[in-house]
Amino acid sequence: MKTYFFTRLGVVKAVDGVSFGLRKGECLCLVGESGCGKTATALSILRLVDSPPGRIVGGGIMYHGEDLLHSSGARLRQIRGNRIAMIFQDPQSSLNPVFTVGDQIMEQIHLHLKLGKRQVRDRALSLMEQVGIPQAKERMKYYPHQFSGGMKQRVMIAAALSCDPEILIADEPTTALDTTIKAQILDIFRDLKQKMNMSILFITHDLGTVAGIADRIIVMYGGRIAESGGVLDIFEQPKHPYTCGLLKCLPTVSERREKLSPIPGVIPSLIDPPEGCIFYPRCQWHMPVCQQTRPEEFVISGEHIAACYLYA
Amino acid sequence: MEKKLLEVENLKKYYPVTAGLLARHVADVKAVDGVSFFIAEGETLGLVGESGCGKSSLGRALLRLEEPTSGQIFYRGSDITDWNKKQLKELRREAQMIFQDPQSSLDPRMTIGDSIGEALLIHGGGTEKERLERVEELLKRVGLEPGHTTRYPHELSGGQKQRVGIARALAVNPKLIVADEPVSALDVSVQAQILNLTMDLQRELSLAYLFIAHDLAVIGQVSSRIAVMYLGQIVELAGRDDLFHQPLHPYTQALLSAVLLPDPHQKRKRILLSGEVPSPIDPPSGCRFHTRCSRVMKVCPREMPELRQIDKDHIVACHLYD
Repeated sequence: MKTYFFTRLGVVKAVDGVSFGLRKGECLCLVGESGCGKTATALSILRLVDSPPGRIVGGGIMYHGEDLLHSSGARLRQIRGNRIAMIFQDPQSSLNPVFTVGDQIMEQIHLHLKLGKRQVRDRALSLMEQVGIPQAKERMKYYPHQFSGGMKQRVMIAAALSCDPEILIADEPTTALDTTIKAQILDIFRDLKQKMNMSILFITHDLGTVAGIADRIIVMYGGRIAESGGVLDIFEQPKHPYTCGLLKCLPTVSERREKLSPIPGVIPSLIDPPEGCIFYPRCQWHMPVCQQTRPEEFVISGEHIAACYLYA
Repeated sequence: MEKKLLEVENLKKYYPVTAGLLARHVADVKAVDGVSFFIAEGETLGLVGESGCGKSSLGRALLRLEEPTSGQIFYRGSDITDWNKKQLKELRREAQMIFQDPQSSLDPRMTIGDSIGEALLIHGGGTEKERLERVEELLKRVGLEPGHTTRYPHELSGGQKQRVGIARALAVNPKLIVADEPVSALDVSVQAQILNLTMDLQRELSLAYLFIAHDLAVIGQVSSRIAVMYLGQIVELAGRDDLFHQPLHPYTQALLSAVLLPDPHQKRKRILLSGEVPSPIDPPSGCRFHTRCSRVMKVCPREMPELRQIDKDHIVACHLYD
């Protein structure tokens, strides 16, 4: 898939040839720093990229053999929120402040399922209980501003689950939350995967969160996949210099390091990215070839792949 | 014994809550409610807590960017709470602040050179040429190029902007820097660069930091001692290793157990905190943590626990240790 943004300053290649699959019942984590294209990837899957300036210029999005890239608007509306649901980072701005949270969850159910009023209400109530909102019956009548950040995120999850989606795309759902609340929300995601066999595409920049929830991981850098593999592949045998750098530069609770080892340099602009490997200017292992042609994805072992000439 | 640079005694910062047309004063948000601690010369005291615990209010009240409601702040032994404007200007040569969001703390219409030079100008920093030299020296010190002098904030990345924020704080040769979440807006690869920089500067310039953050790993990396705040009060204060390896307060224990390590094998027993942080307008009676504590006792809702010394440099406010 390729998603480009056509701006006055030039073409931003936010997603530049990214391919992956999501299996039934797995949690796939898209990891990367700001501007690496992880959110653009998620939005593209549901064709929610603002156009203009954005446009999916190539590739395909296959859902049960159907290419969503060529689906009609009506068909997309059937799928969005129903078969594939999405949760955003900031629950504050995704909830409508003038409706009660109960109304907002019920609206979703009403839109996609043919149920009576009573059934819709019951379903909303059980969803709110499922995501751990105490006194759900009372709380249905509350407005978003009466909820804390963690509770609002629970409401968003409840709304997303309203039609038993097959796929849940969660874009940094825990980033705005405090440590103890974050742990509570992650437990909900784990539950969903185990009990409902849901497929989750989880987008985050926090490697601690990834370690706690992922089955497979895709590390993105500069709009491309740098490395992907099982959770143990990435954490125990990282291959791409960027993945290694990311893991090495984190401070840890267990010991105080004399010095952290940051990745030198800055994240590149995605307007006119360099010809070869996009990580090459910050890479300590770079070779002449890195500057010339973009590395393809080399298989390390099984499903562990790295886009780096070190493994050619 | 190490020299105390800054000492705080029973500091309180309340924000009034008003209602109605006449802005009747109906309640107070007790953001900081009776906090005491000290910072020694050249050390880093980490201040950690979840959002709304009052850690930023405390940081701002310390430098009198906001007026404390009551309590005392001693800087090198003299009480600064009743200092006048002129004296405060002197204080700010010694004590500076770095903010969380480098984007909004820099004037978008001023060049980097002017932004840093302004600090020098206010504190009487010589001729224009001398100031320019000093700005370039400061930029080099924080890892930027002298060429950045003529750039505008929008031309810099987040990490570079935070470096400018640090250079500006350093301009007056301070001895104390209050850093309020200086790395939480940055990406991890850049965050490590800034953390290294703050530690290098500390060694070179013997700076003392009050380092405020919500991320325990970040706090642990830079601090020699750490204070844990909950609902406007310090619940535990200890040396870095003591706090991480032998946390005493149930809140500290829960906080540490909730940290997600970048390690897929972690199978630690998590202490789940039930419920949410109560409102600081009407905090729970007795121990403020008793509504969420897993080891709550009869005495907890009745009496507020005092901070007591358990070990050298390890104090905790919890009835378990009475």
